[in-house]
Amino acid sequence: MDKMPRWADVALIPILNLVIAFALSALVILAIGEDPVEAVSLMVKGALGSTYGWGYTLYYTTNFIFTGLAVSIAFQAAMFNIGGEGQVVLGGLGVALVSLYIPFPHWTLALIVAMAGGAIFGAAWAAIPAWLQAKRGSHIVITTIMFNFIAFSLLNYLLVNVLRPPGEMNPATASFPETTHLPTFQDMFSTADNVVFRGAPVNVSFFIALIACVAVYFLMWRSRLGFEIRAFGKSPQASVYAGISPVKITMIAMLISGAISGMMSINNTMGQAEQLILNSAEGAGFVGIAVALMGRNHPFGVLLAAFLFGFLAQGGGELALWMNIPRELVTVIQAFVIMLTGAMDNMVRWPVERAFIRAAKRGER
Amino acid sequence: MDFLTILQITDSGMRLATPLLFACLAGLFSERAGIFDIGLEGKILVSAFFSAGVAAAFGSVWLGLLAGLASSLSFSLMHGVASITFRGNQLISGVALNYFASGITILIGSAWFALGGRTPSLQDEARFGAVELPFSWTKESAEAAGMKLNEAIAQAGPVQQFYSELLSGHTILVYVAIAMVPTAWWVLNRTRFGLRLRAVGENPGAVDTSGVSVIKLRYAAMVIAGLLCGMAGAYMATGLGAGFVKEMSGGRGYIALAALIFANWRPWHALGATFLFGLLQAIANRYQSLDLGGVTIPVQLMEALPYILTVVILAGFIGKPTPPKAGGQPYVKER
Repeated sequence: MDKMPRWADVALIPILNLVIAFALSALVILAIGEDPVEAVSLMVKGALGSTYGWGYTLYYTTNFIFTGLAVSIAFQAAMFNIGGEGQVVLGGLGVALVSLYIPFPHWTLALIVAMAGGAIFGAAWAAIPAWLQAKRGSHIVITTIMFNFIAFSLLNYLLVNVLRPPGEMNPATASFPETTHLPTFQDMFSTADNVVFRGAPVNVSFFIALIACVAVYFLMWRSRLGFEIRAFGKSPQASVYAGISPVKITMIAMLISGAISGMMSINNTMGQAEQLILNSAEGAGFVGIAVALMGRNHPFGVLLAAFLFGFLAQGGGELALWMNIPRELVTVIQAFVIMLTGAMDNMVRWPVERAFIRAAKRGER
Repeated sequence: MDFLTILQITDSGMRLATPLLFACLAGLFSERAGIFDIGLEGKILVSAFFSAGVAAAFGSVWLGLLAGLASSLSFSLMHGVASITFRGNQLISGVALNYFASGITILIGSAWFALGGRTPSLQDEARFGAVELPFSWTKESAEAAGMKLNEAIAQAGPVQQFYSELLSGHTILVYVAIAMVPTAWWVLNRTRFGLRLRAVGENPGAVDTSGVSVIKLRYAAMVIAGLLCGMAGAYMATGLGAGFVKEMSGGRGYIALAALIFANWRPWHALGATFLFGLLQAIANRYQSLDLGGVTIPVQLMEALPYILTVVILAGFIGKPTPPKAGGQPYVKER
């Protein structure tokens, strides 16, 4: 045996990475003079101790499922899509235009059309970097970074000069009409004498996110197109011999990735803010990178990782409220997770691999 | 727009270009050695924080500079460990370091100064003062003549205006940044070290075959990049500004990256590119919108222009970018 067993690759190494990331985070908390144990219990209580906490945790989870899936699909085609943030911003624009200017009779119809709007705008924003990579050979990482900034400037311009209702100071659109408001968990699960999820933003988009996980699973592992994307990602040269067009796969993978990012806006823009605001994405596009890495590009892994980061996002907010720990702690934890799972994976992998090989040799003797 | 206004905008552009130039040269050394560096942003930020923090705590801008250099250097070495020693993905490592910087600066900052992540405003010895070149109008010489500085400069002839407004009166780091351009050119093109460094970015196998350590050269590039980014951050917090505020790098690391591509990975071109981007920012700061013969250019377009230009350059519509060939790939020694 010259490899380690599959379970070690899929579960043991990510868990070890996560343990190291949390240990480092605990050290950071100690270093700024706070108690890590108290911090953890506060985070658990704040994020999972009430239906209100769950409502926020699942709201963030929904965002991160969309962006995590988006990044993972691009990763599978060997492309690093850092442009999730910009694609979410543009998706928000699509969702806002649809919600503001089409009179819908019912939210179900509004949701379907808004999903299409967000997906089309997100995909369009990913299409230009994809085309430049496929046809002109410009590096997708750099172009998607640049497109994030261009998206912010574009949205800033549109909100200030075009979409802002006259007389308003804030750079934001008007509130969306009543018929486009999505039902929240409070609306769906409360009974007359027991109100749950009170005031929490989690809404019906959560179920769309779960459906998206299943859809991506079937696309990537059960369809011809998914196979072509993964084959291209593993070895572009070999896949060309197999008759797979690099231009086509690059374009399709990035279009799907951008569309899923853009769809996130049904959750934050349509479901929560109910208007388009500046910085509506709140960094979710970037968290998607950590989620995809942690979830090892598999929809089920993405779901788990998105929940973990949703928990961290909500728990981190609670920390800022009740302890002297700013919510930027979450950013630091994210950095550790990205570094360990994405860049320094070999630090854990090499020793573990060696240990397994040694154990196997001893077993043969 | 009169001559003095143009000078003032150019002067402001020069100041704004300085951190870009440092960071751009940092990226240049790193990428010429075959290590992608999208962590420029994080290094600028962490250096800005530690230089302002230490300068505020000890009242010395030079100690601040040292702290900034050390923090940026340690980030650069982390990037080296991830991407050289553990052969990890250089882009992901850069992203992680950018996150780390934006989180850890606030965490330490709020524990240290209890100002919500800011440092106290820096005064006197804790900031870099202006270097007044001889025979220029300064605050003192203007007061001695019974005028305010801006009045004295407004009354002077164009040559003196050019000299006093544009050339004189910057902090020492601005002049250091400009001096770094010929230095970088000389090191890369006229020294053995520079030749090897460039070779490592093009064909590390060949360098290895000739008996030179690829690993050592790449770490050397990391050290240089760390120090240069440290200067960029220190200048932002203790020269251009007076203290650290949350996310104060404001995307400059990415603009520097854009300038690097714009400059086609060459030092003199880097000077031109960063100056152009600095100038664009100065214009955007001064005018809310620019009226060019009936066509109004919104300020947001001006802000986005460096990024748009970079995409156009990358697409190869104007000129052809030629990045180092071995960029982004970890080197595995042949057996």
